[in-house]
Amino acid sequence: MFDFGVVTSWIHGQLTSVMPEALAIFIECLAIGIGLLLLYVIIAIIMIYMERKVCASFQCRLGPNRVGKWGSLQVFCDVFKMLTKEIITIRHSDKFLYNLAPYIVILASVMAFSCIPINKGMEILDFNVGVLFFIAASSIGVVGILLAGWSSNSKFSLIGAMRSGAQMISYELSIGLSILTVVVLTDTMQFSEIVARQADGWFIFKGHIPAIIAFVIYLIAGNAEVNRGPFDLPEAESELTAGYHTEYSGMHFGLFYVAEFVNLFIVSSIAATIFLGGWMPLHIPGLDGFNQVMDYIPGFVWFFAKAFFVVWLLMWIKWTFPRLRIDQILTLEWKYLVPIGLVNLLLMVIIVVFNLHF
Amino acid sequence: MSNYIKGLFHGLGTLLTGMKVTWKEFFTKKITEQYPENRATLKMYDRYCGELTMPHDENGNNRCIACGLCQMNCPNGTIRITTETVTDPETGKSRKKLVKYEYDLGSCMFCHLCVNVCPHDAIKFSTEFENSVFTREKLVKILNKQ
Repeated sequence: MFDFGVVTSWIHGQLTSVMPEALAIFIECLAIGIGLLLLYVIIAIIMIYMERKVCASFQCRLGPNRVGKWGSLQVFCDVFKMLTKEIITIRHSDKFLYNLAPYIVILASVMAFSCIPINKGMEILDFNVGVLFFIAASSIGVVGILLAGWSSNSKFSLIGAMRSGAQMISYELSIGLSILTVVVLTDTMQFSEIVARQADGWFIFKGHIPAIIAFVIYLIAGNAEVNRGPFDLPEAESELTAGYHTEYSGMHFGLFYVAEFVNLFIVSSIAATIFLGGWMPLHIPGLDGFNQVMDYIPGFVWFFAKAFFVVWLLMWIKWTFPRLRIDQILTLEWKYLVPIGLVNLLLMVIIVVFNLHF
Repeated sequence: MSNYIKGLFHGLGTLLTGMKVTWKEFFTKKITEQYPENRATLKMYDRYCGELTMPHDENGNNRCIACGLCQMNCPNGTIRITTETVTDPETGKSRKKLVKYEYDLGSCMFCHLCVNVCPHDAIKFSTEFENSVFTREKLVKILNKQ
């Protein structure tokens, strides 16, 4: 297995040999920050392209195919169009909060994004309460959305923001419970450690029944958490025009748009990390030759393959089901997902205590 | 409680049914027509109405009897028929004969009333849809061969 830590420690060694350590760390942090933002943008572009193609396929269409080969340049064109557009300031809006809101959303998204272990030795934020930090960081986004709705001085935005607030805060609970189920199984909250424990089998196989239930709950709650269909009523196009970002234009709208897509990727990659083994290759006990071959595929390929598979699952769900009403969403969460999640947590505890897992 | 569990599994079942439908749809052949590229092979649907035509047989005869029903039924005044009265030399009876059948594509709204009312099926809509021309005058077409 390729260890990216070799590369980072080599760079650190080279830098410290010519400059004081504080400066070296500063330069490394800068490089990582730039790399992170670059990866963020690239993933946003891939996600938008994938969304349009997958959506088209589910609707028996072809999707973008005119700009570039297979429409591959379409998203780049859209990004440049977005960059050149005017950012309109709304009269009677709270100017400061109005301009601040998209950056809070993007900040929460980038912070959650940096928690994800991509390869062995390729984690940016990795400490012993990583799961807790991830949940905390990702829920800052709701503040940005509420601010966007409040400061726009528009009833559609405000309704969208309030719905979004109720929805995201509710579904936070289910996400927490299903991640906690895995934490019970691993007894660690560090993402790199969670991945390392899956070397001899992914948790969805190791934890069997409760892990599968937790995976399904996580997918549903994650979909609701990132405000995507069938839980997209914060920005229900047909009734609220665009929900909390109705009044935004230009790149401020672009930031919300990008954050939404990268949040989807983050939710999927966390699902891939804690249930499907992150960057760990697929190992089947007994088949040594097969395992050997799987080891040759580098970790980040495994990671991205799994993450995009989960993204595809979520898109499948989105383009299948009609949008829920607000009362149905809250019923689903408080009467179904939370009780099932709690019982599932108990089941996992029993399984761990009596050592019934693999 | 039993209703709760029953409802839960019933809900899951219906959700899976929906996902099965979209799963099939994901792999079916896409119906998008890529128009300028597939111009040679493109086949329009039979019921598509492009423009009004008057089919002629191999001798150049049409089936129009110049009754004028299509002209009367046209809501837009799209059709204008010019007729003449000819006397049959053998029987000595006089009857109407079509001289000119003018059809203005520019004001046609493709309602099919003329085709429906025609007693001899002399006119029908073709599936030809590339109708753009540079002046309005070119849209006025004479359907019968003279």
